[in-house]
Amino acid sequence: MGSLFRSEEVCLAQLFLQSASAYSCISELGERGLLEFRDLNPKVSPFQRRFVGEVRRCEEMEKTFTFLQQELRAAGRVPGPLSESPRAPAAREALRVQEQSEQLAQELREVTRNRASLRDNLRDLRQYLHVLREGQRFTSLPAPLGSPPRPRAHSDREPILDPSLHQHLERKINFVSGVIHPWRVTSFERLLWRACRGYLVASFVEMPEPMEDLATGENITWVIFLISYWGEQIGQKIRKISDCFHCQVYPYPESEASRTDTTTKLHGRIQELSVTLEETEKYLAEVLDKVALALPTWRVQVQKMKAVYLVLNQCSFDVTKKCLIAEVWCPVQDLTQVQDALRQGSYQSGSSVECFVQRVPTSERPPTLIRTNKFTAGFQSIVDAYGVASYEEVNPAPYAIITFPFIFAIMFGDVGHGLLMFLFALWMVLYEDSPRLRQGTNEIWLMFFEGRYLILLMGAFSIYTGFIYNECFSKATTIFPSAWSVATMANHSSWSSAYLATHQLLTLDPNITGVFRGPYPFGIDPIWSLATNHLNFLNSFKMKMSVVLGIVHMGFGVVLGVFNHVHFRQKHRLVLEFLPEMIFLLALFGYLVFLIFYKWIKFSAADSLMAPSILIHFIDMFLFTSNAENRPLYPGQVPVQTVLVVLALASVPILLLGTPLYQWCRQHAPRMPLATGEQEPLLEGQEAGNSVNTTMEDVESGGHSPDTQHLDFAEVFMHQAIHTIEYCLGCVSNTASYLRLWALSLAHAQLSEVLWTMVMRNGFVGLSYVGGVVLVPVFAAFAVLTVAILLVMEGLSAFLHALRLHWVEFQNKFYVGAGYKLCPFAFAPDTWE
Amino acid sequence: AMTAHSFALPIVLFSAFWGLVGIAAPWFVPKGPNRGVIITMLVTTAVCCYLFWLIAILAQANPLFGPQLKNETIWYLRFLWE
Repeated sequence: MGSLFRSEEVCLAQLFLQSASAYSCISELGERGLLEFRDLNPKVSPFQRRFVGEVRRCEEMEKTFTFLQQELRAAGRVPGPLSESPRAPAAREALRVQEQSEQLAQELREVTRNRASLRDNLRDLRQYLHVLREGQRFTSLPAPLGSPPRPRAHSDREPILDPSLHQHLERKINFVSGVIHPWRVTSFERLLWRACRGYLVASFVEMPEPMEDLATGENITWVIFLISYWGEQIGQKIRKISDCFHCQVYPYPESEASRTDTTTKLHGRIQELSVTLEETEKYLAEVLDKVALALPTWRVQVQKMKAVYLVLNQCSFDVTKKCLIAEVWCPVQDLTQVQDALRQGSYQSGSSVECFVQRVPTSERPPTLIRTNKFTAGFQSIVDAYGVASYEEVNPAPYAIITFPFIFAIMFGDVGHGLLMFLFALWMVLYEDSPRLRQGTNEIWLMFFEGRYLILLMGAFSIYTGFIYNECFSKATTIFPSAWSVATMANHSSWSSAYLATHQLLTLDPNITGVFRGPYPFGIDPIWSLATNHLNFLNSFKMKMSVVLGIVHMGFGVVLGVFNHVHFRQKHRLVLEFLPEMIFLLALFGYLVFLIFYKWIKFSAADSLMAPSILIHFIDMFLFTSNAENRPLYPGQVPVQTVLVVLALASVPILLLGTPLYQWCRQHAPRMPLATGEQEPLLEGQEAGNSVNTTMEDVESGGHSPDTQHLDFAEVFMHQAIHTIEYCLGCVSNTASYLRLWALSLAHAQLSEVLWTMVMRNGFVGLSYVGGVVLVPVFAAFAVLTVAILLVMEGLSAFLHALRLHWVEFQNKFYVGAGYKLCPFAFAPDTWE
Repeated sequence: AMTAHSFALPIVLFSAFWGLVGIAAPWFVPKGPNRGVIITMLVTTAVCCYLFWLIAILAQANPLFGPQLKNETIWYLRFLWE
């Protein structure tokens, strides 16, 4: 049998690595992903380990890479694709990578700085240009004579003192011009007016194009102001106020000629700067290109290098022998591959002496390894979610591949819904290789995608159970003609139209010949979906079905325990545990299954008035009483039941005391000189080849096992008592727990019926063209509610309950689940965020 | 409908079908790493599906009571299904 049925044999091994070739050997092993390394220096802090310098160097390189990636992202670039996974670099190559990456980072920093300062300059010049241009408008406007100067906000027709007034006042007009944030204009103006009223003329105009604000980075339409004033103190006051308001002040030349001169010069400089800026941008793009090309490979290389050094830190350095010793858990099947990898690693590093691997016996419990493929991985993961299988224990996963979707389908049974689920999963499976599906980042989508085979099987089984329940979007189909004949009943009881008009509900009687014509061959008869008492029939059917399937499932779980008993060479448990457990289960609940089937076969409508109740019989069986009105199912029922109950009760003390007493007797019987592996399933540690980590005390205590077992007899007995109580009470409660199969399938059927009756059916009321148009939104509502409530909500609910039934009711019959997984050291495929 | 449903025929047919799936087909699974898993799947499917179908047909084989129908349904079915 393959490794899915039981975990593989895993052994402890020691690798002896030459220090020269250690790095490349570990790198080779990481590429193949075979071994789990154990930490041989657990008491050493990470800062004192041997290769901490190299790890630090890798982390520095990773910092540089993060900076480079940020720059790439800021520029809106995507890093290049990774063709194939590069290997961990040798020391020289790593040095080269470090130098190159730092050089690129340095270049990038310089270029961005240059570009920023160039942009600043350009912006400055542009603002100045605008100020001059707008100011031109004021200073060249002829002002009307005699008009008093009045400061007014946001008006660009404000006249300024013209030369005639200037001469009149015998003062020289000076200008302050600049740019101010538009929100500060009113307060600026107000302050100017209060501080220097009458001695200045201020005019404000908006800039024609918005420009970037360096502080916040958003585009704002700045306001240009031009203040003409006379008087030195006024000038100083104005400049101080402008400083307060963080205005950008530019010198405003007096004469017309100098203004035009400055404007031309500005134009020239702006031109030059734009050209330089373009060149800088081009160079920046080139640098970013180089980075985008090289960064993915470097990243992966450095990640691998760091991982290798972290593993090397876990090895113990044997100074005298100049080699590193690593302790690994290795699957026995892969030992030859490991040797091969070590050979390759030694060859690559050019060393002549080969590293080798040596198997080491141990008394510790190895980790569990179960190899899965893309199909079985989903099922194994739902089993592992509850508990990883103990070492070499029977794995419930291969059976769960079918029983889990089947139990889900019992609770979900509907052809239409099952078909939708199946098609959704089929789409995911057929396109599973498409990168768009694989690289989704939404966690919920990823969960659905990982479980695509699970959903596929769930949908397929739901279609089957949907046919058996005869429900397709809550409607029954008549694949075969119905077994119940209404006409025969009507003719026999003479149901005339008048009679029918007065009687709302009438029942078909199967006692009358011809009314019931043999059972519907596949599934539930379609007439039940039209009957008002359909729940009476369906409830009885589904409850009995749940109990039968539950007992079969649990019985199967108990049988799986046999494989464990045989494998771990504890054959006494077959007689002392498996047998009593099986007798208890079958004598009580197997008998119940028998009663159910017997009543179905033997009792028909002819005895329907006096049909015995299985429930009352079952209760009476335990209480050793009998009920006069409840007739027996078959002659001799009472003695048979008594025997069964006695058998079941007798098996309880065997289960309780059998194994502990057996172990006690083995201990106190004269012991054989050779201790064969019967008591302890795993070998005890021998002196020479123990794990490097075991201390002298561990070795000594290994030899004490018979005595320690004696001291633990109380514990063994306690453990067995708990197991017995759990099993016996569990049989009763778990059987009842399987009734959730009935409950959820009832809920699903009722929900779908409600959706049909209250949503979809209303679309068929009007049989005209208008009705056809109305049908469209009604169907839309029906579809949305079907998907949201019935597929998603009910699906998740049935999934959860099926999972619970497996984890608790099925697995507690045989599964221990106390193991830990083998986590091999492997270079995980890099995910580029 | 007029035709009576036989009880024996479906039992024989379905037992044969699921017997084929669960007992005969495992012999024909090609050798490979997945042989054990596929055989387990076939047997489990056969047992589950057969048992489920069997319960459904046995529960209806000898009904103790019949369906209760509305008068409208009786009017309709009386002539539709005969």
